[in-house]
Amino acid sequence: MRYLFPIIAFGLLIGVFIKGLDPERDLNALPSPFLGKDAPAFDLPKLKNPSERVSSSDYQGVVSLVNVWATWCVGCRQEHEFLKSLAQEESVPIYGINWRDRREDALEWLDVLGDPYIASGYDHDGRVGIDWGVYGAPETFLIGKDGTVLYKHLGPLDRVRWNQDFLPLIQEELENIK
Amino acid sequence: MIPEIGHFALILALGLAICQSVLPLLGAHRGSTAMMAVARPAATAQFVFILIAFVCLTWAFLDSDFSVLYVANHSQLSLPTIYKISAVWGAHEGSLLLWVLLLSGWTILVCRYSRGLPAPFSSRVIGVLGILSLGFLLFTLLTSNPFERLIPAPADGSDLNPLLQDPGLAIHPPILYMGYVGFAVAFAFAIAAMISGNLDQKWARWTRPWTTAAWLFLTIGIALGSWWAYYELGWGGWWFWDPVENASFMPWLIGTALIHSLAVTEKRGLFKSWTLLLAISAFSLSLLGTFLVRSGILISVHAFAVDPERGLFILTFLSIVIGGALILYAWRAPGLDSEAGFKPLSRETFLLLNNVLLVIATILILGGTLAPLIVEVFTGEKISVGPPYFDLAFIIPMLPLVFLVGIGMHTAWGMQAPSKLAQLIKKPAIVAIVLGIALPFLIYGSSGALLVVGVVAGIWIMIMAAIQPIGYWRKNGTILSMPRGILGMSIAHFGVGMFVFGVVIVSSFSIEADRGLRPGETVNVAGYDFTLKSLDDIRGPNYTAIEGNFEVRKNGAFISDLRPQKRTYLVQQSPMTEAAIDAELERDIFVALGDPLGDGAWSVRLQYKPMIRLIWLGAFVMALGGIVATSDRRYRATGREH
Repeated sequence: MRYLFPIIAFGLLIGVFIKGLDPERDLNALPSPFLGKDAPAFDLPKLKNPSERVSSSDYQGVVSLVNVWATWCVGCRQEHEFLKSLAQEESVPIYGINWRDRREDALEWLDVLGDPYIASGYDHDGRVGIDWGVYGAPETFLIGKDGTVLYKHLGPLDRVRWNQDFLPLIQEELENIK
Repeated sequence: MIPEIGHFALILALGLAICQSVLPLLGAHRGSTAMMAVARPAATAQFVFILIAFVCLTWAFLDSDFSVLYVANHSQLSLPTIYKISAVWGAHEGSLLLWVLLLSGWTILVCRYSRGLPAPFSSRVIGVLGILSLGFLLFTLLTSNPFERLIPAPADGSDLNPLLQDPGLAIHPPILYMGYVGFAVAFAFAIAAMISGNLDQKWARWTRPWTTAAWLFLTIGIALGSWWAYYELGWGGWWFWDPVENASFMPWLIGTALIHSLAVTEKRGLFKSWTLLLAISAFSLSLLGTFLVRSGILISVHAFAVDPERGLFILTFLSIVIGGALILYAWRAPGLDSEAGFKPLSRETFLLLNNVLLVIATILILGGTLAPLIVEVFTGEKISVGPPYFDLAFIIPMLPLVFLVGIGMHTAWGMQAPSKLAQLIKKPAIVAIVLGIALPFLIYGSSGALLVVGVVAGIWIMIMAAIQPIGYWRKNGTILSMPRGILGMSIAHFGVGMFVFGVVIVSSFSIEADRGLRPGETVNVAGYDFTLKSLDDIRGPNYTAIEGNFEVRKNGAFISDLRPQKRTYLVQQSPMTEAAIDAELERDIFVALGDPLGDGAWSVRLQYKPMIRLIWLGAFVMALGGIVATSDRRYRATGREH
């Protein structure tokens, strides 16, 4: 019997993989509950100044980005330079959700690498992350003027993906409103 | 024309892979010498055609033939030549081609060195390797053809990812793949043994050098990857428990366990079914790593282009290969185990503990890597597992192991007299404990409980590993004539000690500081004076950069000039941090440019990393031990026995 254990364990693993590969579970597309719907509200203490709050009402009426990041995440490090260049262009305000991190680490990170965010909320226990269906940092949400989620990108963001996936949606959004 | 030749060569290689897998296996079953004789020529011809395909793709890169889609996406006119070559394996399609090339390379080595083995056995081994090659060639041709054309061709390509434009990363994948793919040989040996239903101590002796060879490549490959992450990601970390790092580390752990259990199977004829299972697992985890990286099922910095079709293909292939092997195992393994036992205090016991602890560590890492996926599939909840889990999950099984290593390598097979063992370990234990307590205070001026445990462990392993070679040298005046197996083991274990020592010191005594500096200003960090002499604009072949010119002095004495850069690659417009490092055996000084702070000032990250070199040096010494052990005369003598 014990010689059967490996094949049984492997069979279970394959089962998980098959479900994981399900095209419905497209990591880069938004989980359907949010697409085109209101982004989940959040209200978090600011990373830099815990006595102030940053919340989803801050970006009402403006097309904005919400970026979920953490200092332990390599992909966040990779996309950080791009986010900064984006912030310099001042096309879209970027809000950060610092996810499952230590405040001192996060502050040091922003200090050293620069801070592209209008403000970052400090989501220490990952509660907001769960509301937003965060799978793994980094994740970037594009929020429309009316607060709906236009797009979600999973993994490090770069110029190519920005031009390809985000810019057209932003332009469309601006035109629609007019 | 050249890309079509490459494409055609791959198709021919596929045909040859079919011959190489079907005929020898059938021949071995029926006892047909003629059919078995196909194995070697088919494998050789297959290697030639895959090599042709590989050369054609390399040619397309050197020639900047942007009518080839893969070249257009991953190269560019002004890309330096060395990176045009390394771009061949810089993304999914080409790295897959490298994978088949290396598999085929291992296969012809097996053909060459298995002539002394019984024909049915070597035919089965080559046949199994043919099946693996067949699967990967199909995968390449059906879902990931690197020779696909792009018409009309663009005037220039979109450049290789700047992160990959680095010498360390140019050689990291081929060496890592040598290790991954190398475990295919041990896998094929295991399958061949199970098909024939015959596994003896000779089998273990045949399998050992192949396993060790694959393992040493994997060791170097992982160390290179870690070294690259250290200086290229620009923040001084050297291991991140990223899913893809874990994917390379798990086969390494199981490979390490396999090396040790093979020793027991060879010397004592024990652990047979366990050894088989490890041989299957080591390669299965390599395949699993490929699947995880290339299917997009997990998120990672290393992730290749995501394509569900590819994921499904590898999953199918994975199920056939691993599932088939495990079914064969469930059927055949019960008949192979012998009843012989061993005494509690013996080398067998220590090697068993080694295996149990390494396997536990692997299972914990596998669990952590797959947990987000498993939890999501079953509950829809999303969770993340970070370094805190992995650090703990790794240290708990490894801590007892590092202490047991020192004793285990001096324990006799069968039964060990406790009094002799106690006598042997008494002195080294005292020395290790005294040094472990004293060294941190004497050199770095402080200490801590966990630190002492770690330093004692590192020194303990190094001393215990040195005993045998030193004893031999005293007696014979040389260590060159020492049995290579024992010498290799001692060297590899010494490397483990260096690694442990390095990790502990780095994590306890690193100093990091982030400062704002203007040209002309000086700061002192960890006793070193860093002067920013100037900031210069410079131009590379395909990037522009700001270069900081730092002078480092200690107590007024000149140490070195460091020139960290902040690069902007022209085509992809992505900024990259190039850290500058002054490396000495006992410490690294690390300078990286941050961002302009205004008024001509820049933020600068300065780091002092004591003993960090020992982490990679330890890994290379482990690999060196592998090289020495593989060269043992015992393994080469096998040819003449039949």
